[in-house]
Amino acid sequence: MADAFHQPLLKRTPFHDRTAALCMPQNWRRWAGYIAVGSYDLGVDREYWAIRNHAALIDVSPLMKYVIEGPDAARLLDKVTPRNIARLAVGQVYYTGWCDDDGKMLDDGTVTRLGEQSFRLTSAEPTLRWLAMNAVGMQVAITEVTDRVATLSLQGPKSRAILNRCCESPVDGLKYFRMAANRIAGRAVTISRTGYTGDLGFEIWMDAGDALPVWDALIEGGSDYGITPCGILAMDMARVEAGLFMLDVDYTSATHAWIPGQKSSPYEMGLGWTVSLDKPGYFVGRRALEREHSEGSAWKMVGLEVDWEGLERAFAAVGLPPQVPAMAIRGSMPVYRAGQQVGYASTSTWSPVLKKYIALVHLQRPHYEPGTNVTIEITVEHHRRQAPARVVALPFYDPEWKRK
Amino acid sequence: MASNTYDAVVIGAGHNGLIAAAYLARAGRKVVVLERRDVVGGAAVTEEIFPGYRFSEFSYVVSLLRPEIIRDLELPKHGLKILPLPSTVTPLDNGDYLAGWDDHDLTRQEIYRHSPRDAEAADEYSRQMARAAKAIKPILGLVPPDPSSLSWRDIKGLLRLGQFGASLGEQELYRISKLITQSSADLLEEWFEFDPLKGTKAASGIIGTFLGPRSPGTAYVLLHHYMGEIDGAFRAWGFAKNGNGGVTASIASSARALGVEIRTGAAVQKVIVRGGRAAGVALENGDELQATIVLSAADPKRSFLQFVDPQHFPDEFTQAIRDFRVRGSSGKVNIALSELPQFTCMPGEGPLHRGAISISPSIDYVERAYDDAKYGEFSRNPYMDIIIPSMIDRDMAPPGHHVMSCFVQYAPYDIEGGWDDARRDAFGEAVISTIEKYAPNIRRAIVGKQVITPRDIERIAGITGGNIFHGELLLHQLFFLRPAPQWADFRTPLPGYYFGASGAHPGGGVMGAAGKLAATEVLKDWR
Repeated sequence: MADAFHQPLLKRTPFHDRTAALCMPQNWRRWAGYIAVGSYDLGVDREYWAIRNHAALIDVSPLMKYVIEGPDAARLLDKVTPRNIARLAVGQVYYTGWCDDDGKMLDDGTVTRLGEQSFRLTSAEPTLRWLAMNAVGMQVAITEVTDRVATLSLQGPKSRAILNRCCESPVDGLKYFRMAANRIAGRAVTISRTGYTGDLGFEIWMDAGDALPVWDALIEGGSDYGITPCGILAMDMARVEAGLFMLDVDYTSATHAWIPGQKSSPYEMGLGWTVSLDKPGYFVGRRALEREHSEGSAWKMVGLEVDWEGLERAFAAVGLPPQVPAMAIRGSMPVYRAGQQVGYASTSTWSPVLKKYIALVHLQRPHYEPGTNVTIEITVEHHRRQAPARVVALPFYDPEWKRK
Repeated sequence: MASNTYDAVVIGAGHNGLIAAAYLARAGRKVVVLERRDVVGGAAVTEEIFPGYRFSEFSYVVSLLRPEIIRDLELPKHGLKILPLPSTVTPLDNGDYLAGWDDHDLTRQEIYRHSPRDAEAADEYSRQMARAAKAIKPILGLVPPDPSSLSWRDIKGLLRLGQFGASLGEQELYRISKLITQSSADLLEEWFEFDPLKGTKAASGIIGTFLGPRSPGTAYVLLHHYMGEIDGAFRAWGFAKNGNGGVTASIASSARALGVEIRTGAAVQKVIVRGGRAAGVALENGDELQATIVLSAADPKRSFLQFVDPQHFPDEFTQAIRDFRVRGSSGKVNIALSELPQFTCMPGEGPLHRGAISISPSIDYVERAYDDAKYGEFSRNPYMDIIIPSMIDRDMAPPGHHVMSCFVQYAPYDIEGGWDDARRDAFGEAVISTIEKYAPNIRRAIVGKQVITPRDIERIAGITGGNIFHGELLLHQLFFLRPAPQWADFRTPLPGYYFGASGAHPGGGVMGAAGKLAATEVLKDWR
């Protein structure tokens, strides 16, 4: 009924009672129709270092989630994603992008095989319509469970120890990109060894009704390990270090693009490894992707490290020490080579762990080869300047314990 | 006594006439605007119909008033403020509602409540319509249009081969072909399942037309509404401070500051033609004004069939103007209220009261409303677009009291047996009893009401046929066909006589583009 009348508000996640009580600076951000904590502190340092040194507890419930079930569930996912779903074992997770028939990215997310005929798909944008359109004639039920399934991301070197303490069964055996059922505070959860930070980490999926007891149990069990509620701003820095991109920031969905130049293919986004051209049969975008695979890509998203000494010189020229933003910056910055613009940065950030100024950049062929020297536009005391920089392979930060 | 010799005489002090005059004066010309009524504003007037209660008597929202006009004429300095109209709510028969907000997430959430499928479809529908509008715009929106080089047959060729073809995919070509021919009901049924959503979207395809949502051609009208959004007039919908009379008052003030003379109570009888050129006008009071050019901002029928002797026009032009469809199909009920209407679906007072309220529970509802009109009756259960201006601008009503503006469709100009006081009252009663279903306290809150039929629009505002757009916004009456083939560039077959009103390209709404573009063409010819 019309009870929304007096409160035309953005949605709150199932963890809102806890997160709101802790969000001291009232730093809220919008995420897919929800409000999400930007940071729990005035700065992001403590939360960032929790990701890299302890364990950060991040409410990622706004992720769009769909359950796809039925005899043709695998067939549907095999058709809409470029990955070979036949090879996805029960309890395994694939990360993938998916495309329109021109081989241009629509969205990206994870596919988890919950059972032989049952999958969970996550996405950044609503995807129900796209799935339904592709499921015509298939025996498959597609259910959006975004509101029903609450999700926490526990990221950081201590995340496993915390889960071992809080869960009914230890998670030591849970491998990278695998998922298993478990219980926390007596509540049924599924735990996947996935995340958006490039560190050791897990995502915990539960019924929305179980959200608060699970949160409480993790906070209590994790306090000795330094568990720290963490907002999405610190996660944004970590994901750049991990070389992970974001829809609407680092690429535009083909359905949103106004002009062809705004679209990107999986190859251009560095997701060539997810495109299984060897799998049998048609999948959406196949022909275009085959063509691009043989002809090569015009663009590629790669890493960029700004040369710190060069940055220092640019600031020193006007008598200033170098200045970089303390958070990830979502804004386009032109990249040049020999005076010609050859691309742009879509997200840049100071990396506290690497002590480097880094960026996700999109460069035209042939300038995307690692080792290529370019310059990036910066603003020094209200003037546009060029800072020297070098193209590097992604990710920037890849700790050995991430996969171990 | 001022001399009666001018560079330009503009007929009609509606927003287009005033804007044309202001632009001409801005270019250093001596300009007079002649207004038949004692007030300026045309159909954009604010009247205190009941003491203390002020109404935008006819047109009641500002749709896409061109931002460059606001800048060029410095309208904010002359008092123009366009206040936001942030939502549309459709009350449902079950006591719930469907709302649309000026925020994507809130709108999605609201549609999702009723239909998850439609929530996604709505996003994609808007994007596809916007893209189709962007694709078709360069071809149809040539300003001023070049009528001699474009025929309908040529457009297809242009779409395929022309300079715009490159940006137009095969898919878009098909989509546009469909949009041009479909009914809005057919289009919307391809996309959506929730009836009130379809009904509400369909309604914008029939406003000001004498068609129903199942009539072919109405899908295009939906597309037409997306044209503005891609044209720099983004977010220009709103409610003007002091009502729509506030818009024309600011333009009149700006025009006067630029040296324009505005004469009210000055009804034009004839355009004076000398040596095959328009040379001035004769007023009904016997005065004659001499001018180098005459620009009419009256409706096409008056401009070409009444003010000018047909001998000055080629037959096919006169015929085209005769055929121009100006059938009024809507009325207006302005209500003074002692309290806020209590809609069952929105008890108390909330943000949705500051937006539009659409009585459009389904496509069938709107189509049935049309069925009545087709056979010469007003709709017993009409489609309505309601706003409560006093919720947006508190100066419109006494404290604690309210004014309500109800745009009502259908009310045919030619009603069976003709409009008289009894029928007008019956029409008003149909409107009140329709509102009463959703807001039961309405009747006891009424302090006074004004019921306006298309006949009244014609009689008071002087628009032939009482059509709110001076002629329906149908594809065959738009762009290079508005008001007549080959004469969409604001010139007319009579040299020195120009046309810059809602009946000219690009058509209706308090947009001002026709007045500005007409003045631009006049100045080009003078150069």
